[in-house]
Amino acid sequence: MKGKASDKGHNSTGFITLAHGSGGKAAHELIIRLFLPHFDNPILRTLDDQGVFQVDGRKLALTTDTYVVVPLFFRGGDIGRLAICGTVNDLAVCGAKPLYLSAGFVIEEGFPLEKLDRILLSMKEAAEEAGVAVITADTKVVERGACDGLFINTSGIGIVPDNIEISSRSVEAGDVVLVSGAIGEHGIAIISEREGISFETDVASDCAPLSNMVETILTGGLTPHAMRDPTRGGLATTLNEIAVASSVEIEIEEGLVPVSPAVKSACDLLGFDPLYVANEGKLVAFVPEGEAKDTLRVMSQGKYGKNASIIGRVVSKGQARVYMKTRIGGRRFVDMLVGEQFPRIC
Amino acid sequence: MPRFTEEFENPEDAKLLLSEIRYLAQSCNKEKIQLMEVCGTHTVAIFRYGIKELIPDNIRLLSGPGCPVCVTPNSAIDQFIGLSRTPGVIATVFGDMMRVPGSGSSLEMEKARGADVRVVYSSLDALKIARENPDRQVVFFAVGFETTAPTIAAILLTAAREGVENFFILPANKLVPPAIKAVLDTEDLALDGLICPGHVSTIIGSRAYEFIPSRYGIGAVVTGFQSTDILYATCLLLRQIAERRPRVQTQYSRLVSDDGNTAALKIMYQVFETCDSSWRGLGRIPESGLKLRPEFVRFDSSGRFDVAVHESREPEGCLCGEVLRGKKEPPDCALFGNSCTPEVPVGACMVTTEGTCQAYYRYAEGE
Repeated sequence: MKGKASDKGHNSTGFITLAHGSGGKAAHELIIRLFLPHFDNPILRTLDDQGVFQVDGRKLALTTDTYVVVPLFFRGGDIGRLAICGTVNDLAVCGAKPLYLSAGFVIEEGFPLEKLDRILLSMKEAAEEAGVAVITADTKVVERGACDGLFINTSGIGIVPDNIEISSRSVEAGDVVLVSGAIGEHGIAIISEREGISFETDVASDCAPLSNMVETILTGGLTPHAMRDPTRGGLATTLNEIAVASSVEIEIEEGLVPVSPAVKSACDLLGFDPLYVANEGKLVAFVPEGEAKDTLRVMSQGKYGKNASIIGRVVSKGQARVYMKTRIGGRRFVDMLVGEQFPRIC
Repeated sequence: MPRFTEEFENPEDAKLLLSEIRYLAQSCNKEKIQLMEVCGTHTVAIFRYGIKELIPDNIRLLSGPGCPVCVTPNSAIDQFIGLSRTPGVIATVFGDMMRVPGSGSSLEMEKARGADVRVVYSSLDALKIARENPDRQVVFFAVGFETTAPTIAAILLTAAREGVENFFILPANKLVPPAIKAVLDTEDLALDGLICPGHVSTIIGSRAYEFIPSRYGIGAVVTGFQSTDILYATCLLLRQIAERRPRVQTQYSRLVSDDGNTAALKIMYQVFETCDSSWRGLGRIPESGLKLRPEFVRFDSSGRFDVAVHESREPEGCLCGEVLRGKKEPPDCALFGNSCTPEVPVGACMVTTEGTCQAYYRYAEGE
């Protein structure tokens, strides 16, 4: 279950607002107070992006995600590619080899078949690239206005190789933090294509399956303690989730975090902090110090790891915090995302 | 897309500027030097770059009233919430206003309860929604400073030309220089210099700040938003203090001229005229707001909709007002970080990313 970290304050509105869906503290609150009590079990309680369980001595991972992106088509991908990659990545980051996916489609009456065909084609291509097969699917058509074009749900199952123990709770002091490339590209690509955003950019979504990169890391004998793909809420939110799960203090360096000039400019214009902007094809890994260089090398050699970088380290165990050393030598606290980032008014 | 930003974040430049700042801070010979950054974007930038802990202890950076969401008073928010509840109305608003708690509700809550509230990224979208929904009344919450007002004026000119009859605004735009005056008139604040806004100044020009040295005897530097912009502006202000020669300087000269954007100002004043206006925390400030000129007053939502707003009130115990005047810092507020967090904000300064309270909460160390 997609659960989020620390718990300050509570929401008392009595109904769902969009804040509950933005992946921040409100979503976490909703899960803890409403979902968890009803479904409570030890696997769900970990609040990881996937549930890991044993069947006949083999370890399996199961995950599900629902995709409601607007617009459906964007530079660098579409809802179909996203629906495959997002679920594949949620399996890959726990060390699982993704195998099979299910896909459910909620389609609005009047949706053009040509668009649906394009979306299915890009699902097919992404699935081939990730080495997974969609083995069961369902469609529902709803009346005009009951959904916005098309929603897709995918679930995925994967197998976790023996001796692989990767968990956001396993991070140790001294671990080195890596990210597999420049951050913030998906979020900027999406917002630049929303209606009325008055800026032009060629930033494309980084939407990509990470299963091959993870497999290369693991078959190379490397033993990352934790891995995540920082999606909604961005790198900052992922780092905070891991800090809380492992009770560690993380320090990253602004000058080491890869951000493309185009994303940086767009963020400056909108008043966004790239640390909080969504990614859909980046891997964050916490690795033992001695494996940092090798992990970086493996990441960099992959198709989706061109700008991989070591961005920081785990300073100590005990307190859950994330800090950033700024480029000019300052230091600041990095909190998790609260609500959605809106473009600044002035 | 400008590729300026990297070159204004050079660590070597920052090091030189910081050593200059340390030297100047001593030569000012003052126990305490108080500078105010007027604009919310500067407040956030100062935290993001970790500037406060890099500068000498005797320099205090105070946040000012330059956050459009923060200064919009609850009376205006309540009125817009009332509009959003009116049958047939589509309420259009900048995203940052959604979560501001009015006296009893917020736009986010009204939307969840069924009101048709739509977030727009620009006032242009609001007009577009009006064109696409001729059988509905579309109201736009016109907030922001001199940066948003010219665009809003331009779309009203378009709406007038096209004869769009179902588009209205709730005028709540504000002007920065009168607010600076109000802050400087606050007794016992003793500011030594002002870091003046970058974006607003691209419109109004640096000459708009001449009253600061001439009337109040302190310096004003129009400043960009990258780390070395802010450090350089701090140097300029300290040098003015050390030399006792207060004046207006423009550090952000790559985008700001003396006269600003005269074409934008012309459009703004073609549609709007100044009026007294209420600010959260600062109260009623003469000639600090914009209202529609008689030729455009038919676009004013108040002429079309009768929204009864019961007495608006500010949240109990909230110090946003004092924070906006630079009189208090967020941790001075008993609600800060306890009952008031970005997740469940009590005061407006905690709602928006440009708000001083949210900047403190998110970026400041310790708790």
